[in-house]
Amino acid sequence: MKPMRKITYSQAFVEGLDYCMRKLPNFSLLGNEVMGLGPQRVHLETIWRNYPERVNFPPTSEAAFSALAAGAAMSGEHVFCHLGAASFSFLSMTSIANEAATAHYASGGKIKVPVVFHMLHGLRIGGGTQHSMSPQSMYWNVPGLQIVLPSCARDAKGLVATACLSDNPTVMFTHDLLIGMEGEVPEADYEIPFGKADIKRRGKDVTLVATSYMVQVSLAAAEILAAEGIDVEVLDPRTLVPFDKKALIKSVAKTGRLVVADESHLSCGVTAEIAAIVAEEAFHHLKAPILRVARPDVPTPFSRPLEDFVTPTADKIAAAVRRVMG
Amino acid sequence: MMAKQSLNKAACVRVLERMLVIRRFEEALVEMSGQKLFKSHYHLYIGQEATAATVVESLRSDDKLVTTHRNHGHVLARGADPGAAFAEILGRATGLNGGRGGTLHMSAPELGFLATSSVVGGCIGLALGGAFAQQRRGRGGVSVAFFGDGSLEEGISFESMNIAALWKLPAVFLCENNGAGATGSAKGGFPSSLIAAPRLAGIAESLAIASSQIDGRDVDAVHRAVSRGVASCRAGRGPVFIECITERWEGSKPMWPELSTGITDVALAWESERMPKKYRDWHVHQDPILLHIRKLLRKKLISRAAVLQLDRKVIARNAAARQFAIASPMPRGKTALDSVYA
Repeated sequence: MKPMRKITYSQAFVEGLDYCMRKLPNFSLLGNEVMGLGPQRVHLETIWRNYPERVNFPPTSEAAFSALAAGAAMSGEHVFCHLGAASFSFLSMTSIANEAATAHYASGGKIKVPVVFHMLHGLRIGGGTQHSMSPQSMYWNVPGLQIVLPSCARDAKGLVATACLSDNPTVMFTHDLLIGMEGEVPEADYEIPFGKADIKRRGKDVTLVATSYMVQVSLAAAEILAAEGIDVEVLDPRTLVPFDKKALIKSVAKTGRLVVADESHLSCGVTAEIAAIVAEEAFHHLKAPILRVARPDVPTPFSRPLEDFVTPTADKIAAAVRRVMG
Repeated sequence: MMAKQSLNKAACVRVLERMLVIRRFEEALVEMSGQKLFKSHYHLYIGQEATAATVVESLRSDDKLVTTHRNHGHVLARGADPGAAFAEILGRATGLNGGRGGTLHMSAPELGFLATSSVVGGCIGLALGGAFAQQRRGRGGVSVAFFGDGSLEEGISFESMNIAALWKLPAVFLCENNGAGATGSAKGGFPSSLIAAPRLAGIAESLAIASSQIDGRDVDAVHRAVSRGVASCRAGRGPVFIECITERWEGSKPMWPELSTGITDVALAWESERMPKKYRDWHVHQDPILLHIRKLLRKKLISRAAVLQLDRKVIARNAAARQFAIASPMPRGKTALDSVYA
């Protein structure tokens, strides 16, 4: 069999956008530098070239152009709106949380808001306080939004397609360190359904739930642990809303142990919610307390040793897994 | 196509009817609030009816509109069912939005309304999106943002006007400046706007947006400005900004609305000797309904008897709408979990 081609997350993401451009004549793109300012930014240029009338570069006005995206979606357009670093999305918070998330509900189901708010998140080395944020848990506290965190090139292509075709507002997070990462990606168009977790590595001893880039870090941790005889199952929920509780509980029922890794802050973070689901609904399967690996509750420092200290790493995750193994 | 800048007789009467529909609706609402039929805070449009009732004359069925916390007038002027509107404010299952929105978020997407935002300035950003969609469709549709002077305190209003101007979007920024005569929270009244610009239209002019400032109580002035502005948008010449100036109605000055000028008596349009002295200024110079009736009588476009007859018809329909709402069932509590996602 011919080995599958390998392309970067960024290239795969652009293929997903291109599929939506072909599929939906009322789909357009709003925002600059969807794949950051690094070398991978060039892949977007094919979209700019092929669909010039459907690509819009707004001024630095996050509040207004995110509201524009929401309002256009309410008027029947599908819009992919890129907000840059996730910190900047707070300037758009009113459009996302007050407008896009509530319109369908408050209208009694009459209004649809097919918009995607995409942002770059995560500890990326040197991002400091305002270019490293991972606010996925904040958005998880806004009912009405779908939340998507691709962890690899293959998922990025299918998840961005599903997000853009969806009739619901979606917040989508791309981790800065995933943008240039290569992976096997099918050439054909495809969509990945929301609410279906993916087991990235099968194992029997511990369930390790991880999101976004933490999936890659967790796979590295699983390799370290495999050498020690610990067989880790890495479960990637792929979407927080809708959340695949079934797959989570099924895995915990098998392993009896849970570690959760995510880059949002520890308190009220993504890891807290996932731990709570298992504590409430699958406690009887647990053989050990649940452990979480998250960003400590401090703003993100710039200096490398300080940043390293707050970054969830394969070693920290492996240490947590060893602890739940007793 | 040149816009028609004056309304014909039938249109003048239609505008009057819309104004009466809004007025009778809101007068009933103050009573219903007093009867504790609903408990939320609410915002009245009394004194501003000329704007909504006239703007819709220039709009097509495929145009988009966005309104605010002060939305009753806009939604009714566009033709929403008053029974469903009352029901929405009372939180009934038969409401325009099934009771999910209430007075602050009343919306009628089937009439071209986008979501109704009660975040000050929110409607301006959404209307920008409506204008973006209209431009993409290329059929000459426009998007109208109805907002008050307070919205211009919000940064999103500047950002939105800037984008609309840069991209020549067909957005009608319709500012209903009801700040004149407002007391403000410092004097125990409802907050009034705090803006350094001496003329609100000047803010839009600084972005090279075609702007005008008119008397918002004067149906003809509103129609001239709006029909011209909408035609300009349809022709692809970019956004327009229209500042309609109205006096803050006495009843909207306190924190909670009051029917301080009484139930409207349309005969005061010609029986000036019966006007209560205390509110003479309102009845003579400010109430847009009385002003419009006087003008129609002067131009012989309507008779006194026809005015009374029209008002009676509106009052009867309003009473039936009110009854419909009061008789309507509440939604079942557990349906609160429905319709979060499409």
